[in-house]
Amino acid sequence: MDKLIEVLQQLVNGVSLGSIYALIALGYTMVYGVLRFINFAHGDIYMLGAYSGFLLAPLFAQTFKFGEFDTFTPENTLFILCGAGLVMVLSMAICAGIGVLIERIAYRPLRERPRLNVLITAIGVSLFLQNMTQYRLGADPKAFPQLIPVHVVEGLGNLTILTSQLAIIIATVILLIILRFVVMRTKLGLAMRALSLNPTACSIMGVNNDIVISFTFALGSALAAAAGILVSMDSPSINPLMGNLPGIKAFVAAVLGGIGNIPGAALGGLIIGILETFVVAIGFPQWRDGIAFAVLIVILLFKPTGILGRVEREKV
Amino acid sequence: MSRSLLNLMLALVACVFISFFGENFIASKFAYYYDILISIGVNIILATSLNLVNGYTGQFSLGHAGFMAIGAYASASWSNHLDPLIFGIVAGSGNPVVTNVAMFVSTLFAGIFAAIAGFAVGVPSLRLKGDYLAIVTLGFGEIIRVAILNLDFLGASRGLSVTGTYTNLFWTYGSVVLCIYVVVSLVHSTYGRGFLTVRDDEVAAEAMGINTTKYKVVAFVVASFFAGVAGALYAHFKAFVTPEGFNFFRSVDVVVIVILGGMGSTIGVVFAAVLLTILPEALRALAHTQFVPTAYQGLLENRLILYSLLLIILMLTRPQGLFGDGAAFKKWLGRSRAD
Amino acid sequence: MAKPTWMQVCLGVLTLLSLAPQNSHAEIKIGAVTCLTGALSTFGVSSIQGAKLAVEEINASGGTLGQPIQLIVEDNGSKAGETATITRKFISQDKVVVILGDLTSSATMEGAPLAQAAKIPLLTPSATNVAITKIGNYIFRSCFIDPFTGKIMAKFALDHLQAKRAIVMTDVKQDYSVGLTEAIEHFFNQNGARISNTFSYSSGDTDFRTQLTEVRNAHPDVVFLPGYYTEVGLILLQARQLGIKCPFVGGEGWDSPSLIQVAGKAAEGNYYTDHFSAADPEPRVQNFVQIYRAKYGAIPDALAALWYDGARLLAQAVQRAGSTDPAKIRDALAATRDFDGVTGRISIDENRNASKPGVILKIESGEPKMVQQITP
Repeated sequence: MDKLIEVLQQLVNGVSLGSIYALIALGYTMVYGVLRFINFAHGDIYMLGAYSGFLLAPLFAQTFKFGEFDTFTPENTLFILCGAGLVMVLSMAICAGIGVLIERIAYRPLRERPRLNVLITAIGVSLFLQNMTQYRLGADPKAFPQLIPVHVVEGLGNLTILTSQLAIIIATVILLIILRFVVMRTKLGLAMRALSLNPTACSIMGVNNDIVISFTFALGSALAAAAGILVSMDSPSINPLMGNLPGIKAFVAAVLGGIGNIPGAALGGLIIGILETFVVAIGFPQWRDGIAFAVLIVILLFKPTGILGRVEREKV
Repeated sequence: MSRSLLNLMLALVACVFISFFGENFIASKFAYYYDILISIGVNIILATSLNLVNGYTGQFSLGHAGFMAIGAYASASWSNHLDPLIFGIVAGSGNPVVTNVAMFVSTLFAGIFAAIAGFAVGVPSLRLKGDYLAIVTLGFGEIIRVAILNLDFLGASRGLSVTGTYTNLFWTYGSVVLCIYVVVSLVHSTYGRGFLTVRDDEVAAEAMGINTTKYKVVAFVVASFFAGVAGALYAHFKAFVTPEGFNFFRSVDVVVIVILGGMGSTIGVVFAAVLLTILPEALRALAHTQFVPTAYQGLLENRLILYSLLLIILMLTRPQGLFGDGAAFKKWLGRSRAD
Repeated sequence: MAKPTWMQVCLGVLTLLSLAPQNSHAEIKIGAVTCLTGALSTFGVSSIQGAKLAVEEINASGGTLGQPIQLIVEDNGSKAGETATITRKFISQDKVVVILGDLTSSATMEGAPLAQAAKIPLLTPSATNVAITKIGNYIFRSCFIDPFTGKIMAKFALDHLQAKRAIVMTDVKQDYSVGLTEAIEHFFNQNGARISNTFSYSSGDTDFRTQLTEVRNAHPDVVFLPGYYTEVGLILLQARQLGIKCPFVGGEGWDSPSLIQVAGKAAEGNYYTDHFSAADPEPRVQNFVQIYRAKYGAIPDALAALWYDGARLLAQAVQRAGSTDPAKIRDALAATRDFDGVTGRISIDENRNASKPGVILKIESGEPKMVQQITP
C-alpha cells in the first residue's frame, strides 16, 4: 500500500512538472507549425512571464490581499483566484505583446531566407532578453510574491498534494481547453491550421499570413507566460536564466510528441515531466537531464516523427 | 603529387616554421593574443568540421560540443595516465621530441575516440531528418556531459587538470590546415559530390543510387574526429577541463559560427570563426575605454547585451552569411578553383 | 571591392577599439576576474560589488603607496576557458601587480597555474577547493577550504544537534557542493553516526519534491545541504511544505538575503556555517554593511564580504611590501597576520590558506543569529 501511495505521489509531482513543460512546448510546436523553425527565445518568454508577474503583483497586492491568507477557505477561494487570475492574465497579455514584437523585428525580415538563419536571431534575442533582464533587475534570484496560499490539500491521507501543484494542473487543463477551442473553433484557428498545411495556398485563399503568424506568436507567448507564473507560484524564486533549462526540456517534449502537433506537445510535456520525476525517485537524480534525452532518442529511433507526428510524405 | 596535397604540405611547413621561430616570442610577450590565436584555431576546427555536416551535407547537428568533450577528456586521460607509463621520466624533462610525440599520440587518440563515438551516434540517428536529428544530437551531447558529470575518475563537476600544456601554434594550426584540407578535398572530390547531393535533394540522390545514409555517416564521423582533435587541443592548452565547458551552449556557439559564415562555405566559416572569437574580446576592450559615458558603462560591462544585438544585426543585414557561398571572396582572391 | 563593405567597416571599428587608449597612468593595477554574465552571474555581481567598494574606500583615503588602485574587472561569462584567457590578458596586456579571483574553484584552477608561471601573486577570495593553493607559492586564498567547512558542519551536527543519521543533498553541477560533500562525509562517519544516503540535484532545478519525498521517508536527524542559496531557498521551502521537520545544515553558499526572502518561514530553525554575520554588532562589520547598503541598496552577502576583504587584503599587502614588485608582494601576502577583515581576523598559514574563525548561524525570526563561534 505504501508503495502504491509513493507511486501516486510521484505521479502527481510528475504531472505538475509535466504540465509546465507542456505549456511551454505548445508555444514551440505552434510556431513550428506555421513557420517551421525552432524559436529559441521561447524559454525566455517564460522567464519574462514570471518577471512581469513579479512586477505586477505589488500593484494589486492591496486590493487582493496577496500573501495575507494562510489557507484556502470556502469564503476566500474565489477572491484569491480572482487576484491570481488577474495577474496571470495581465502577464499573459504583456508577453503576448512581447512575442509579437520579437517576431516582427527579428524573425519576419528573414522569413524568405533559410530557416536556420532565423535560429541565429532567435539565439540573439534569447541572449538579449536574459542579459537585459539581468542588467535592469539584477542577477540575483528574486522572491516571487505569494499569489495563492500554498499548503497541503486536506483529506488525501498520506498523499501530499500542494494547492500550488493543484493550481498548476487545473490551470493547465483550463488553458488547454481554451486553446483547443481557439484552434478548432475560431476563424483564426482555422487559418493557423491552414497555414501550417500550406502557406502559399493559404494566402491565395485570402488569408493574411502575417496576421496569423503574429497571432500564433501571441498565443504561444501567452501560454509560456502562464507557465512562468504558475511555476513561480509553486517555486517562488525567479532569475533571468530560469528559462534556459525548461526551454530545452520543453523543446524536447515538443519533438517527442511530434513537433507541429498540438496534442503531441501536451502529451510530450507530460511524459517528460513524469519520466524525470521517476528517474529521480528510483534513485538516479544525477541522470535526470540525461535520461529524458535517452528515452527521447529511443522513441525517435522507433517512431522517427515523434509519438503523434504524422509522417510527411515527400513529393518528388 | 597533386596541387592540393602540395598546398597542404606547404601550409604545414609554414606552421612548423612559424611555431619554431615565433612560438616563444608570442607566447611570452603577447600571451593574451596567443591565447586568442589558439582559441581561434580551435573554433575554426570545430566550425569547419561541423560545416561538413550542417553546411555541405545539409544535416543539422546540435551536439558538437559533446564530441569535443569526448576528445578533451580522452586526451586528458591519456596524458594523465599513459604518458608517464610510455615516456617515463623523459616526459617530465620537457624534451621537445617527446612532448610533440606525446601530443600527437594523445590528439590522435582523442580524434579516433570521438570518431568512434560519432559513428555510434551517427548510425542510428542519421535516419532522422531535420529538427528530429537536431534534438537527438543535442540529446547525445547532453548525455555525454551528464555522463562525465557522474564519472568520479574524470573529476565530475570539480573538473580535471591536464598534465602537459603541449598545445602550440604548430599543433593548432597544423590541425586547422589538415581539417580544412580534408573537408575541402572531400567535398570537391568526385566521391564528395555525394555530400552536396544529399543536401540539395535527398530523394533524387537516392533515386540515382547514392547511398545517402553512408554519406551522412561519413560526414558525421569526420566531423566528430575533428571535434575530438579540437577538444584535445583545448584540453592541452587550458590544462583544465570541466563538463560545463562542453554544454549545449558551446554547441550553439559553433552552430552560430557555421550559419553566420554561410552554410557550406569553408572560407566564410573560417572568417566567421575568427570574427566571433575576437568579437567578445573586442567588447571586453570596449568596456574599459574612456570614450563611453559613465551612464552606459554598466551596459557595456555586460558584454552579452551588445554581443546579442550584434548577432541579430549581423544576421538581419547579411542573411546569406558573411560570405555567402564564398564565390565573391574567391573572385577577390583573383583565382577560381578548377575542380 | 569598390565600396568598403560593412564587414570591413566592422573589422576596422573592432581594430580601432582594441587599440583605443586604456587608462594607464601611474596606478597600482589589480586584475579582478569573476562571472558577471551567465549561469553564475548572481554570485559574480555581488562579489565584484564588494571588491569595488573596497577599492573606492582605499582610493578615497589616499590609495596604497601614495597611488590610487585601479581595479581592472573582467567577466568570464561563467564559461570554461575564459579565466585562462583573462589571466593571460592581466599578465601580458594590463601588467597587473596582483590578481584577485576567480570566484569558483574550477575557474581558479585555470588561472592559477598561469599566474604561478608568471610569478604574479593571485588571491582567490572564494574558491574553496584544497588543490588550488597547492599549485604554487604565488597562489593564496582568503576563505575557508572545504575540509574546514565540512568539519565544522559535521562536528556541529554531531555535538550540537546530536545527529546519528544524516542525509546529504549535493548539487552535482557545482564543484563547491561536490567538494564540500566529500569533506562532510569524511568527518561525519564516525562513532556510530553515519550518512545514510546522498541525494543529488542540479543547479537550475526548481522542483526538488521527488528527492525530498525520499528524504522524508528516511527520517534523518539532520540533512546536510552544501549548495548555493539559488536552490537552497526553494529546497527549504519545499521540505517544510512536505512536512520534513529536521534541521538542515549548510555552508557559506547559503549566505544571501534572497534565501530568506524565498524560503520565508521555512528558513527558520536551519543552520549554516559562515565567515561573518551581517548582524554582527562589531563596528567594522556594521560599518561595511552600512556603506554597502547605501551604495547598492541591499544587505551584503558572503561573497560581497569575502571579495571586499580580498581586495583590502591585497591592498594592504602591497602597502606592506612597499613596492609593486610581485615577489615582494608575494612575501608580504604570505606574512599576513591578524588582518582585520569583515569576515574575521585573517592570517595566512604556511599552505597559503586563510586561517580565521568561522561562525555558525541559525535562522531565527527571519534573521541569521550567531550560535557558535569556531576558532581554527
